[in-house]
Amino acid sequence: MYITVAGNGKEVKKGLTLPELIELEQVEMPDYVTISVNDVFIDADKRADTVLKDGDTVEFLYFMGGGC
Amino acid sequence: MKKVIIRKQDVDEMILHAREKLPNEACGLIGGNDQGDERVIEKVYYLTNIDASNEHFSLDPEEQLQAVKDMRARELKPIGNWHSHPESPSRPSQEDKRLAYDLKASYLILSLMEEEPILHSFHIENGESEKEFLEIRD
Repeated sequence: MYITVAGNGKEVKKGLTLPELIELEQVEMPDYVTISVNDVFIDADKRADTVLKDGDTVEFLYFMGGGC
Repeated sequence: MKKVIIRKQDVDEMILHAREKLPNEACGLIGGNDQGDERVIEKVYYLTNIDASNEHFSLDPEEQLQAVKDMRARELKPIGNWHSHPESPSRPSQEDKRLAYDLKASYLILSLMEEEPILHSFHIENGESEKEFLEIRD
């Protein structure tokens, strides 16, 4: 199936899960990354259960914050 | 050391925005392109500090997503973020270092503690920060 990750289209195996995609994309420090699928943010405890579908658009966003 | 280039007009607008958000910290993203050892900031994004605090900031994830999409539409890349320090120097705090998860990012910190604002850019990795050479171009 074909999905779009961070703006780049790619062919992946059918039934790919988010944890598998994180590994495939070699996402650094994934615990601190917010993930959206088709503009819907996925709760961290739902990642393992999230199976991607053909045509999905995925974004990885690092949490950005700090102090002074 | 990476050289980071930003337009003076963008710096002036960043200062204006940060002053408008006082006493809270202001924050946002920067979009641009890497050209060899140079990193050129093409657009500064102004995002909501959802902590609404003068000591902390967190970017709004919804706005972050929209900003990243806008960068892509403009053929820019997300190259870092910026935030203000209303009452402290332009250097990464312990919290800034602890929460710097994107190893490829430039972290711009605008200090408003003195009458003359000071802006520096940093690379942060494994809790250590290194100042990047920041060139402000007219």
